[in-house]
Amino acid sequence: MSLSATTAPPSPAPPPHPTAPRRRRGSLLNRLDLKYSPYLYIAPFFLIFGIFGLYPMLRTAWMSLHDWDMIGDHSFIGIDNYTRLFGDEYFWNALVNTFGIFLLSTIPQLLLALFLANLLNRTFLRAKTFFRMSIFIPNVVSVAAVAIVFGMLYQRDFGLFNWLLSFFGVDAIDWNGERWSSWTALATMVNWRWTGYNTLILLAGMQAIPKDLYEAAAIDGASQWRQFWQITLPMLKPTFIFVVILSTIGGMQLFTEPLLFANGNILGGDQRQFQTLAMYMYEMGIVNLNTAGYGAAVAWAIFMIIVLVSLINFVLVRRTAK
Amino acid sequence: MSLTTRRSRMAAATLAAITAVGGLAACGNDDEPTTADGKPAKLVVDTFGEFGYDELVKQYEQQTGIKVELRKTAQLREYRPKLVRYLATGQGAADVTALEEGILNEFKANPRNWADLTPLIDDHSKEYLPWKWELGKAPDGRLIGLPTDVGSLAVCYRKDLFEAAGLPTERDQVSALWPDWNGFHQAGQKYKTATGKGFIDSITAVSNGVLFQQGSDLFYDKENNIIADTSPAVKAAWETATSMADISAKAETWSPAWNAGFKQGTFAATFCPSWMLGIVEENSGEGNKGKWDVAAVPGGGGNWGGSWLAVPEQSKHQKEAAKLAEFLTNATNQVEAFKASGPLPTNLEALKNEAFLSYTNEYFSGAPTGKIFGESVSKIQPVHLGPKHQAVKENALEPALRVFENGRASKDAAWTQFTKDAATQGAF
Repeated sequence: MSLSATTAPPSPAPPPHPTAPRRRRGSLLNRLDLKYSPYLYIAPFFLIFGIFGLYPMLRTAWMSLHDWDMIGDHSFIGIDNYTRLFGDEYFWNALVNTFGIFLLSTIPQLLLALFLANLLNRTFLRAKTFFRMSIFIPNVVSVAAVAIVFGMLYQRDFGLFNWLLSFFGVDAIDWNGERWSSWTALATMVNWRWTGYNTLILLAGMQAIPKDLYEAAAIDGASQWRQFWQITLPMLKPTFIFVVILSTIGGMQLFTEPLLFANGNILGGDQRQFQTLAMYMYEMGIVNLNTAGYGAAVAWAIFMIIVLVSLINFVLVRRTAK
Repeated sequence: MSLTTRRSRMAAATLAAITAVGGLAACGNDDEPTTADGKPAKLVVDTFGEFGYDELVKQYEQQTGIKVELRKTAQLREYRPKLVRYLATGQGAADVTALEEGILNEFKANPRNWADLTPLIDDHSKEYLPWKWELGKAPDGRLIGLPTDVGSLAVCYRKDLFEAAGLPTERDQVSALWPDWNGFHQAGQKYKTATGKGFIDSITAVSNGVLFQQGSDLFYDKENNIIADTSPAVKAAWETATSMADISAKAETWSPAWNAGFKQGTFAATFCPSWMLGIVEENSGEGNKGKWDVAAVPGGGGNWGGSWLAVPEQSKHQKEAAKLAEFLTNATNQVEAFKASGPLPTNLEALKNEAFLSYTNEYFSGAPTGKIFGESVSKIQPVHLGPKHQAVKENALEPALRVFENGRASKDAAWTQFTKDAATQGAF
């Protein structure tokens, strides 16, 4: 860092005596500048993060230790909210739903993204930029629009999917009625929106792999398939960890799609068959005015789960990489 | 030179940091000015849906010289979170705030958020439907809401579909089909046999109707203990509603299938509070004008919805706000609001008003809605709604009914689901 001081133009010959104090002041400022201005430059981010990120998080932690009424009183109850979580059937139900939808969406999504990225990485492909751009378009569409349109396609009485299925003699499916059907519907929404995004990240990872590895392998007579397994996949591990962790964070926070799929009903189906953790948090923390403290505990539970799952991902992918 | 650029750079960075903080600190705090004689320059009114206050507010401005800002929110479900935020943060609430029947109870649970209106206005306790007036009081006895409208209940039915199924179409004959719920069920079965289609939109609509006819405690007893599993009123609503599953079109209220059902004729009848008429009209479209009509509800009377006007404690002009609420809910103005947008009066004098009783609705084949709803209002039974009535109804009773209606659980299993959820949803 101190090296940057040399970028100042070379000083002229030492000035005469009387200007010395001025110079000293100048060099003090100089040193202060070097030491502290970088912090000032990054300060705006940390200020904003502190106000809109850290403070709400700590405040939520504080709330979670209370019996808190949103518009009334609150009293300190220690970790009671957290112990209540363990016996709360609907919390576990939301956890199962969240993981179910997460797996149902993430696994096919990443496999498809890997396949597409590999295709787009081929040298023979024409109009590469066009394909790369178009594959990303679903991600630009507003999530609410996606959920509403898919919600219409999955309508029981007049939805497109049921109409198509009727040609194969399948009776109208009440898509948000059953657990499996609602999970499938939600997973398609997530996949539609995020496959392209993951493809691009994986593609970037693939392009960072040195070409000479492939050339050497080709000279040794390795097939495309073999090259993919033995060069592309192992070299792609760090990118893969990143993609999986991002998907985990997104999957654990799934909210808008299931909420709109349920016509705005926070229960996520009449039997809570697709209520996610984020929805349960909203139900307890915002909709039920008098359980805001418990809702805060659910929020922290979600945070801990994301940390935990990310760590597991990290360790697993790390281990297989060795 | 390098020194000065660096110094100015540092100054700029400091400035940036300071403005970032200062900018955030600067927002908030707008003082409400008052005029010289101590009157507020402006009062704010918060409503949802359509209360029909536009003209009334202008009159009030002319009479008093106080400016009134009318803030409207389209739907109750967007309105409630805003209100929660105002109360939780202690700022931003309007001086006069509309509270709907379903959310009134949970806000009443913390009466300190609301001003006691009794010392601020004249005594009107004898001028309104007695049960409606009582519901405006907090558990501690303070008056926090002045009655605006009541939903009441009627049956909206499609004349053309009735005719095709061989049912009578004239509204008095239709009303005569169902003096009670049994009659309604029989008419529905006749329709179903003739057309193969659902007769009513859903069984939760039936339970809504029956619940309010019982005239006793619903989900809570008078001490606000949750009694959902033993309450005779709830049991009656449950039994009647579940018996209607065979004539239901299984279209969940407010869902896209329900909205589309009006145009497609998926169902031939639905339950209509006064404020629902506008929604039926909108969903059915211009093409179905004159096909709908309004008949009496089985069992006579019933209610769905209705509101109050309250003054939040945080209002800086409680006295004037209370006066404005008093003005908006008086007999003359309730009739004006009804003619403008349909909310049904709760003021006894307004309910006897000639202009109100002679009002007819063009879209609904010229049905005398003023007379029909005016008569049904008197049959509404006073009921006790507990603090989390709406949550128990929407998140415990209705999901359980739909689970049964769609054949995903037996009646017993659905009842078990309801009683279990009622206990958790009803806790406060």
